[in-house]
Formats: sequence, C-alpha cells, structure tokens
Amino acid sequence: MARTHITAVVNGDETEFLAEDGTSLLNALRDEVGLTGAKEGCGTGDCGACSVMIDEKVTTSCLVFAPEVEGATILTVEGLADSGELHPLQQCFLEGAALQCGICTPGFLIAAKALLDKNPDPTETEIRYALAGNLCRCTGYDKIVRAVQEAAREMRGQ
Amino acid sequence: MKYIAPSSVEEATSLLSTSPSAQVFAGATDVVPQLRAGRSAPEVLVDLKKIEELVSMAKDDDKWTVGAATPTANLTEDEAFSGEFPGLSEAAGLIGSDQIQNRSSLGGNLCNGSPAADSVPAMVVNGARAVIAGPNGTRVLDVAEVVTGPGQTSLEADEFIVEFEIDRMPARSGDAYLRMIPRTEMDIAVVGAGARVTLAEDGSIEEAVVALGAVAPTVVRVPDAEAALVGNTADDETLSAVAEAASGVCNPIDDKRGTVAYRKQVAGVLAKRAVLIAIERAEQRNGSK
Repeated sequence: MARTHITAVVNGDETEFLAEDGTSLLNALRDEVGLTGAKEGCGTGDCGACSVMIDEKVTTSCLVFAPEVEGATILTVEGLADSGELHPLQQCFLEGAALQCGICTPGFLIAAKALLDKNPDPTETEIRYALAGNLCRCTGYDKIVRAVQEAAREMRGQ
Repeated sequence: MKYIAPSSVEEATSLLSTSPSAQVFAGATDVVPQLRAGRSAPEVLVDLKKIEELVSMAKDDDKWTVGAATPTANLTEDEAFSGEFPGLSEAAGLIGSDQIQNRSSLGGNLCNGSPAADSVPAMVVNGARAVIAGPNGTRVLDVAEVVTGPGQTSLEADEFIVEFEIDRMPARSGDAYLRMIPRTEMDIAVVGAGARVTLAEDGSIEEAVVALGAVAPTVVRVPDAEAALVGNTADDETLSAVAEAASGVCNPIDDKRGTVAYRKQVAGVLAKRAVLIAIERAEQRNGSK
C-alpha cells in the first residue's frame, strides 16, 4: 500500500516518517519514529494510555490518522525530560510511587502536563476530572492525584 | 485507505461525488472505533478539519455560526458562547474526556446518529440549524431533522454539514442540559434532557422547548411538556405535568445501563430539573445579549 511522507516536529525535532494513510498516529510514532512511550491500551480512545499533545492540545493518538499531523507539533512522554533532567511530574510520580505496572503512566504524565499548562493550581476535583480520560488498573488513582498536586506545587515554586 | 484533506467545501463535495466509498470525519472519535470494529471499510478518508469554515466560531447580531468540525473544547472555552448557551456548552462538554474534547465536534456527534448524543437535545432546544453542503450547493435543515434513526441520517452520501446556525439567545431566556449516567464522567447517557425557556415580563413562561436523548431511536421533543409550561409558572402542578409528559414520550431500549421503567422515570425527573435550571438562567438574563 502506498505510504505518505509526513513531516512534523516531534519533541522539538523536525521529524520525517512514512506511514500508510489509515495508520494511527500512535502506531506511526511507535513503529516508524521509534517512540514507544505512548501505549495502546484500548485503541478506541477510552483509556488514555496513548495520550500525546498535538499543537499543545492533549489527545488520544490512537484516534488520529498519521497524515493528519503533517506540519504539527507533537509532544510525547519522551519529550518531557529536559537534557536528561526529569520533568517535575515525572520526578513526583517516581517519588510518590504513582505507578505500578507503568503502562498508563506516559498517558497520565501527558494529560497532567496539559492540565498544568492551562491551570497551574488545580484543585483535587479539577485534577480528577482532567485525568478522567486516563485509566489505571493498578494504583487506585490516589497516588497519581497526589503526585500531580506535588508537581504543581513545585512548578509554582512553592 | 487513502487520506485526503480538502481545503474548501467545493473541493470536498466534488471529492465525495466522485468517491462512492468515502467517509468524512472531523475528530474521528466515533469513526476510528467503527473502523476498528470492522463496521465500515471506506476507501477514502476525508478529513474536514482543513476547511476553514468547519473549524470556526463567529457571531453577529442575529446568530452564532459554529463550524461543524470545531472541537467541542472550543465551545466550553469560549466565554461569550458558554455564557449565552450554558446548556449547549455543558452538553458539548460532557462528551468524553479532555482528550476527546479536543477532537470531538457537534457535526460528528450529530451525524454519528447515536440516540444518546449529548449535544443533540441541547442543539434541538436552541433551534439549531445545520447548513449542509452537497454537489448542488448548500441547504439548511433543522438539527432535529438530521437524524432519522440509530446511526442513520437524512444526509446523502455526497453531503456533509458545514456549520450550525444558532439564533442569539433572546432576553429573559435560558437553556439547560442534564444527563444521567451511573458514574460521574466518561459514560454514555442513560437519559439526557434539554430545556429552553423564555419568560414573559410578568415572569410566566412564554415559550418552552423540551427534548430528550437516549430514550427513543432519535432525540425526541416533548410537546405536552412544552404546552404545560407555556402561560404558567414552574409550580408543582406544572412540573408534574412536565415529568409525566417526558416519561410518556419515552420509547427506550432495555439494556445494561438502564431498564425501560428506569429510563422513563429518570426522563421525567431530568426534564423537570432541566426546566428549573433553564428558568433560573432566564431570570438572570434580563438584559441584552
């Protein structure tokens, strides 16, 4: 099948890759770009494990056709750390044990970043609603919510 | 499958006229799960989001114009729109997660044809009209006339919705939408109820529209509830009539999310509550647009 040539800025780098037209962005990122952070949980937009940001908006990459991102700017979990230093969200997830099996974690980190970009001081309720599209079958969510609260505090310099 | 992103309405309609097996999409939040489930296998995927009119919001003195592929997140984030149509804005904001909100659209929610589509009762009570493009130009159809049954619309294969027109909210008017789901987020409506009222100078109800979702093959209006409200205030007797009428028009399915009896009961309760919220909002909108 014919493959389309796609150019996008992925985690700050101009990136070129080939993908079949009906391929999801998730599969293109994993199989063509080699970024396996985003995970496929459900493939139908319900679980959030494949969350990435496209032009600063969080979305589930399993519902995006790869050619849609021509010219777009994409952030995956691999782009969160800065020069080897973990993002405060990543550090707080680690320190707060906000993960167990880890499959959902890249999606949670991206969704949490999208929340904090818009709302640096969210309430617990706002955090829980913002993360409603991310399913975790291990942690029971409490540690995740607390890690996001802690990261938000750090990022506000408190 | 071939992906094409036309940049104009004309380009899209001519593409659809010449491609018998084309699927238009906006956020693809319903299209992708259907493809994955093997329920459709189009040869051409037509992405409508690169057409400027389809992703835009504008208002003039008479109406709002909302592009059919505009992400529903834009409707909730636009303070002028959500202030004027809180019910429609909240209904659109109930569709899925933040991730879905950045992709889902009024056009997709309507054309997917789900009886439980949250934005549809809210569009219907506000008298929204769909501007539909086809090979012979555009036509305008009430949103209430678009869906003909579960997954079925009155659109031809070479037609798609360009935008929605919603007349500006008059003074002393308000809208509301409530949905019942067994959890707080991320579920499909068991019952949805939309209401819109306009109050007379003396505070009585001058105009009322009530519409229900998820209780029949399509969204349904509740004419007996509307008739009970007009000329009255929301006293107990009137509200009982609203609830009874709402339960009465239901023709729901029995499934794991709700039995027929439960859906009928809840439809009455939600219709009543939605009317009360719409009235409260109408009382606060005494001033200009």
